[in-house]
Amino acid sequence: MSHRSVLVIGAGPAGLAAARAARAAGASVTLLDSSDYLGGQYWRHLPAARPAGNEKVLHHGWSTFSALRRELEADAGCEIVLGAQVWALETAHGAEAPTVHALIGPVDGIRRSGRSFTADALVLATGAHDRTLPFPGWDLPGVFTAGAAQAFAKGERVAVGSRVVVAGAGPFLLPVAASLTQSGARVLGVYEANGIGRLLRGWLPRPWRLLGASKKAGEALGYLRNHLGNRIPYRTGQAVIAAHGTDRVEAVTIAKLDAEWRPIPSTARRVSADAVCVSHGFTPRLELPIAAGCALDADRFVTVDGRQATTTASVYAAGEITGIGGVDAALAEGQIAGHCAAGGHQGDPVVKAAVAARATFTDFASRIEAAHGIRPGWTAWLHEDTLVCRCEEVSYGRLCSAASATDSASLRSQKLSSRAGLGICQGRVCGRTVEQILAAERPGGMRDGASTDRRPIVAPVRIGELAAAAADQTSSPTLISTERP
Amino acid sequence: MPLGTLRATAHHAGARSADVIVIGAGIIGAACARSLARSGLSVIVLERSAAASGTSAKGEGNLLVSDKGPGAELRLAQYAGSLWPSVVAELRTELGPDFPSLEYERKGGLVVATTDAGAAPLLAFAAGQRAAGVDALPVGIEEALELEPELNPAATAAVFYPDDAQVQPVAATEALLASARRSGATVHIDARVTGAIRSQLHPDTVTGVRTTAGEFHAPHVIVAAGPWSGEVAEALGVSLPVRPRRGMVLVTTRMPHRIFHKVYDGDYFGATQSSDAALQTSSVVESTAAGTVLIGSSREQIGFDERLRVEVLRGIAAKSLRLFPFLENASIMRTYGGFRPFMPDHLPVIGADHRAPGLWHASGHEGAGIGLSLATAEILAAQLLGTTPPTDAAPFSLARASLAPHLGSAA
Ligand SMILES: Cc1cc2nc3c(=O)[nH]c(=O)nc-3n(C[C@H](O)[C@H](O)[C@H](O)COP(=O)(O)OP(=O)(O)OC[C@H]3O[C@@H](n4cnc5c(N)ncnc54)[C@H](O)[C@@H]3O)c2cc1C
Ligand SMILES: Cc1cc2nc3c(=O)[nH]c(=O)nc-3n(C[C@H](O)[C@H](O)[C@H](O)COP(=O)(O)OP(=O)(O)OC[C@H]3O[C@@H](n4cnc5c(N)ncnc54)[C@H](O)[C@@H]3O)c2cc1C
Repeated sequence: MSHRSVLVIGAGPAGLAAARAARAAGASVTLLDSSDYLGGQYWRHLPAARPAGNEKVLHHGWSTFSALRRELEADAGCEIVLGAQVWALETAHGAEAPTVHALIGPVDGIRRSGRSFTADALVLATGAHDRTLPFPGWDLPGVFTAGAAQAFAKGERVAVGSRVVVAGAGPFLLPVAASLTQSGARVLGVYEANGIGRLLRGWLPRPWRLLGASKKAGEALGYLRNHLGNRIPYRTGQAVIAAHGTDRVEAVTIAKLDAEWRPIPSTARRVSADAVCVSHGFTPRLELPIAAGCALDADRFVTVDGRQATTTASVYAAGEITGIGGVDAALAEGQIAGHCAAGGHQGDPVVKAAVAARATFTDFASRIEAAHGIRPGWTAWLHEDTLVCRCEEVSYGRLCSAASATDSASLRSQKLSSRAGLGICQGRVCGRTVEQILAAERPGGMRDGASTDRRPIVAPVRIGELAAAAADQTSSPTLISTERP
Repeated sequence: MPLGTLRATAHHAGARSADVIVIGAGIIGAACARSLARSGLSVIVLERSAAASGTSAKGEGNLLVSDKGPGAELRLAQYAGSLWPSVVAELRTELGPDFPSLEYERKGGLVVATTDAGAAPLLAFAAGQRAAGVDALPVGIEEALELEPELNPAATAAVFYPDDAQVQPVAATEALLASARRSGATVHIDARVTGAIRSQLHPDTVTGVRTTAGEFHAPHVIVAAGPWSGEVAEALGVSLPVRPRRGMVLVTTRMPHRIFHKVYDGDYFGATQSSDAALQTSSVVESTAAGTVLIGSSREQIGFDERLRVEVLRGIAAKSLRLFPFLENASIMRTYGGFRPFMPDHLPVIGADHRAPGLWHASGHEGAGIGLSLATAEILAAQLLGTTPPTDAAPFSLARASLAPHLGSAA
């Protein structure tokens, strides 16, 4: 039995599985999530005060979640801290796990209380948010990210519109459309940017492997049945390339795309709609792994070994931050991460099934990328005045003209000159888009090694909240740095 | 320097030799390249990464006289202050309206003492500055509150400096470099300098550099590598006591303008003029055109360690509230920081290296390199061209007495 302490950040599928496995291996566990509820992106659910009649219909794997939640909530050895926004992570020297700083309480509350955590090992399970490419009109009310639309549909039980178009890329467009119809919306169609050829090449090279992911295949079938049943057309090789309207979305332009996602002009047509839900993939939440010094792979996910250990000692990672594989991959990785963080080994019998499941679902992840990954031609649907950075209102034209005026190969310089990515969302929405546009403008790409994923301040923190802790700190020598000469 | 060696040769983009090599494309290197290229010399700028990716992209753009006591640095700052308006206008004309704005603004600075003990030293410091020709106007607390209505009314003394100005440091660096290119300078990025090429006849004399992108030759090589100048000098075979002094700045989310000048607490003087390695923070608070508030900054000597230290953020935050209590509910959304090129005697090095003919330095401006860049370039260009420097250059010589104990032995 281990006497280790394990700190888990993120209570989605990966974090919950990690917490349970670490407890099973005998560690004491602290589980933090900024949300007020357990479950993460996948198991968004109604607050207890408004129980839904039929959670099972709206949430796949609800029983898995209920069991995890029940077990952890009843376990005195697992401290669950909700409403805990981790805003900074400080690394230590040597093999010690980093210190994690959280603010606890409602975001808009007067003053959240600060709390700092350290443990023998840290499991990062912060998930991903969905990525939306800009297009003319994407800033109109009525345009939603697929994640936000799904949250409305699942959490609030509110239909986002009566004539809804779902567009973008990836297998998760289907469950989104399903949730929307269940909430009473009429989905006019699901438009997948990739052509059928690429989808088949991505999904079919080793079809027998897919059988291993039978749960996943069953899920996909369920969605397809839902689609057929509700007569939602699923169109491939097409995209919403503009949204129109004065005060909100009234119509969209849909066009066929070539293999590189360049719209084919003669195919554009206008469809009246009052809501558009778009998702072009996912951006992992990498702030904490980057702050911890964890290496990233070529696709910019956290590099992990068979134990889900990152390149930083005592820091493990699981779920979407290591690759987009869906809920089953997150559960398997989380279990292995929690077990190993508690001192267990990946060869131990208790994680044998998880290790096998991980192999199957990681394959699923690489298929998603092969079939649905963003292609560079999409910038052709931008107009000069299309906003790229909504926070700072930087248009595509302004970004490009600043870039060509300075001719700088420094991403930092380009951001500071154009102000793209400097607003309240700190580039969460536009960062990678800005990087791609600038790289397309400059053959050698950016050369300063800067990344829009790096955000030492993970979430806004009030000056009063910082200063309050400064006053406490004088009496707490452990918080004073050891680095001073 | 014997200037007969200068050829002012016609220079083409692929050229591997020139009259002058500038190492580093920060604001100092950019300003030097521009001044030299405009004098008709051929210039090659070598940058290991991308231009404007080092310290010049990681700090603020205050062009201050308020923080400098009487002496050589103040004279340099006063001269620099006289250059900025005309250079900004020249750059705007030369580069056109599409070029990102330099955001030059002479918005004025208000220095405030927040303790009883701090009042008298602040006023005495200002009196000394006035004697040295600085517009340093003591203002009563009421007047200070007229200038800055949100200021903590518990302030004990205040001095207004109408000449304090600012630029956007990255845009300024890029503009100086773009202007240098228009005058014929070439910029090689991804070219890290790794060693010196020396004359076979006179082994002390530097005639070029080796880089990760090949060899480059010039009779004059200028080290302008910011906090890395010590490292670069060592690679070139000489010692230079430039060390990194880390600084962090906090940036709030956008808000309606409630701060109208640069506002500092009096502690600032203590921090800039001290060599203490331990963490020091002092407040410099101002609003930007974009609506964010910048709160600087810290000073600590911890090498090139870039990791976040929450203790530093807390210290900066606590100090800023002493000036502007309303900031309590403002949210910090980002921090940035870099490494000021620190010199043990608090003066930059501008001029020839007496130990290695052909080698020049333009380094060590610590927390004032943006402001002092134009003046530095003019002095260096004059020295290199053999004309009379626009202001006394002797205090910045590498051979000055205060540096002697720090130079070690030349390799
Ligand atoms: C629209 C949409 C539809 C999807 N549909 C399906 C589907 O049908 N089938 C399927 O298999 N998968 C689906 N997915 C993917 C699925 O949601 C993810 O695979 C799964 O949620 C990943 O789990 P995770 O634990 O890695 O991350 P998440 O579930 O995202 O959990 C991360 C948790 O970390 C917390 N967190 C992050 N940062 C911090 C911080 N700094 N401080 C404190 N807490 C923090 C977050 O609040 C969150 O609760 C869908 C995703 C989306 C967006
Ligand atoms: C937080 C903070 C706030 C500041 N605020 C102000 C302010 O308000 N006002 C002000 O005037 N100053 C301020 N400063 C100071 C100012 O930023 C610096 O003095 C100035 O940027 C130094 O410019 P530089 O060109 O010497 O250095 P840098 O901008 O660092 O340029 C040096 C360049 O040399 C390159 N280089 C390094 N090694 C090599 C090599 N081997 N080969 C080739 N190239 C190499 C680097 O990549 C870099 O691009 C601040 C600094 C900080 C950190």
